[in-house]
Amino acid sequence: MKTLYFLLEKEFRQMLRNKGVLRALFIAPTIQLILMPMAADYSVKNIHISVVDNDHSTYSQKLINKIGSSGYFTLTGYTPSYKQALTMVEQDKADLALHIPAGFERNLVRENTQKLYIAINAISGMKASLGGAYLSSIVQDFNNDIRIDWENGAQDDTPKIGVASYYWYNPFMNYKLYMVPGILVTLVTALAAMQSAFNIVAEKESGTIEQINVTPIQKHIFIIGKLIPYLVLATIIFTIGLILGRVLYGIVPVGNIGVLYVSLIVYLFAMLGLGLLISTYSNTQMQAMSLSFFFINIFNMLSGVFTSIDSMPQWAQYIVETFPPSHFIKIMRMVVLKGSGLGDITYHLGAMFVIGLVFNTWAILNYSKRA
Amino acid sequence: MKQLIVFIRKEFLQVFRDRKTLLMLFGLPIAQIVLFGFALSTEIKDSKIVVVDYAKDEVSTQIISEIAGSKYFDLQQSLQSTTQLQAAFKKGLIKMAVVFPANFSKDLMHTGKATIQVIADASDPNTATTITNYITNIINTYNAQLAGIAGQPLQITPEVQMLYNPELKGAPNFVPGVMALVLMLVCTMMTSVAIVKEKELGTMEILLVSPFKPIYIIISKLVPNLIISIVNLFIILILSSVFLDLQVKGSLLLLVFATTLFIITSLSVGLWLSIGSKTQQAAMTNSLMGMMLPTMLLTGFLFPIENMPWLLQVLANLVPSRWFFIIVKRVMLEGLGFASVWKELLILFAMCTFLLTISLRSFKIRLQ
Repeated sequence: MKTLYFLLEKEFRQMLRNKGVLRALFIAPTIQLILMPMAADYSVKNIHISVVDNDHSTYSQKLINKIGSSGYFTLTGYTPSYKQALTMVEQDKADLALHIPAGFERNLVRENTQKLYIAINAISGMKASLGGAYLSSIVQDFNNDIRIDWENGAQDDTPKIGVASYYWYNPFMNYKLYMVPGILVTLVTALAAMQSAFNIVAEKESGTIEQINVTPIQKHIFIIGKLIPYLVLATIIFTIGLILGRVLYGIVPVGNIGVLYVSLIVYLFAMLGLGLLISTYSNTQMQAMSLSFFFINIFNMLSGVFTSIDSMPQWAQYIVETFPPSHFIKIMRMVVLKGSGLGDITYHLGAMFVIGLVFNTWAILNYSKRA
Repeated sequence: MKQLIVFIRKEFLQVFRDRKTLLMLFGLPIAQIVLFGFALSTEIKDSKIVVVDYAKDEVSTQIISEIAGSKYFDLQQSLQSTTQLQAAFKKGLIKMAVVFPANFSKDLMHTGKATIQVIADASDPNTATTITNYITNIINTYNAQLAGIAGQPLQITPEVQMLYNPELKGAPNFVPGVMALVLMLVCTMMTSVAIVKEKELGTMEILLVSPFKPIYIIISKLVPNLIISIVNLFIILILSSVFLDLQVKGSLLLLVFATTLFIITSLSVGLWLSIGSKTQQAAMTNSLMGMMLPTMLLTGFLFPIENMPWLLQVLANLVPSRWFFIIVKRVMLEGLGFASVWKELLILFAMCTFLLTISLRSFKIRLQ
């Protein structure tokens, strides 16, 4: 026990002495937590639309006004031909083009049916599907408006089912409530998995690990001594993150803070285990960096921070199930937004613990006290 | 000149000797392009939802089977009462609940009006609005069936055409994005660490006191990374054409030229970061912790940049990968030519020149 205490003292001193790294470790997450939630906003607005009105009728004018005043669209072009509108889409000046063909109003009144042409730049799938959906619903609204005008307020007696929608847990649809917990997890992830790996490998590279190996320090004591400082550091950064979230974005966890910290400890157990595992497979810091970058990048992209896990193919969902961050992100969002308790998150907590156990056992088996 | 070639050779040997790093350098882009290309999608489908049917009549059964048939929903075991909803939401088992009140079809037939309650878990607002829209569409279609389509006067039918990516696949958006992200981070990290390593080991001093010009040291550090990254580009292009069905529609030459420019820019960022760092750990922390998330978010492939507040839009303009992403999209996916990307190329060129100049100027050629 005494050995561990001295080792910890040494590690903390080294960490505090390295001002440059320490500063980066605190400043980078803080700045990112302040700025990045503003970037991560899926609410689609300002969709640029280019309109071709070959009809110039009252109806086409009404429709265009309705689109312009909806709040979702910005009219960026008013071109005489469809071809020119498509060129604007090509040059990214417009996200979609709407073509109102000549004779729109006349055909509508005479033949009771008329087509509209919409072309959407679908490379960004999300923007395309949302933009298309918004535009379609505006057209639908417009359609109802003119129909009511046409029938002159005649009673519509066909049976109709209405939809009353309720948004629980986040009635104002504040996207930041959803993103801040996720971003906080990615910051803690990078810190835990990466820094612990670097630190152990740095001892290997500079040769000081040999000196430790010839001392009577047991290997598990040495490893615990290496990991605890990062556990503390990650917990501090996590706390700063929670405070920032509260001060800047007004995010007060609905659930129990204690549950969050219990989950954080289990999560760090898993992620530090991964860092340890990486360090046993690397001989140089360069290797440790490449390996941890590989994992962190995959974690960030696939763990459901930015895209939904449910819409991935089944095989990918099985893979993601083995990533500790995907569980912790779910826990964070559940506890912070919905107030889930320990009983609700048992599965995710258990999964993280099992993964952590695998990583740590593997790492200890692979770590040999030899040069 | 001969000196330089000898040095570049030395750097190559060092890179090739480190098998693990080399494996990562090539394995990382390959694994990620394939994985992300297949797995990532911004389309919301297969959302888990639950039905609470107090009515259990003909109409509610019909609507439920419509919902079950939709690819957007994955219908879970029905619940008996709405009191169970809270627990299901808290466990994260469902994203939405559809509640049919008792006497549903009776109300519909007698009063001509009935209302379905749709309760969405709005902790994820994007999914909540999207799936609520899906349900509303299903109900609207059902309403139209009730009314009989022919009876509706003045029917406008929008004909929607999805350009470039008709199936709304994730890959066309993510492949250029991941390409920009991975090339940028790998180049930056490898360069900054390679240079700082010489400092940390003290071998930089030996290099500096040798008759070898300091500029050559830098060039010889950059060249292997440049070549490896270009090889990576070709691997990525081949993979995405074979597996993801994304061929280069525009000029390959233009794409290679733009990528080379972008790689050199990223290498200069690495060079610039290396100046301020004394240890490899510091260099890595700066390049990974400092750059990863901003690059990911400000490249524009996850979130549209034009929606961000102006401060972030300004910051995004300073991220080289943002411009490269636009170029790749236009040249590779839309098949456009030089005329539509010259502005972005010029910006990259300016960034590259600026970064190279300041890093070369502040590269310390003296010992402390």
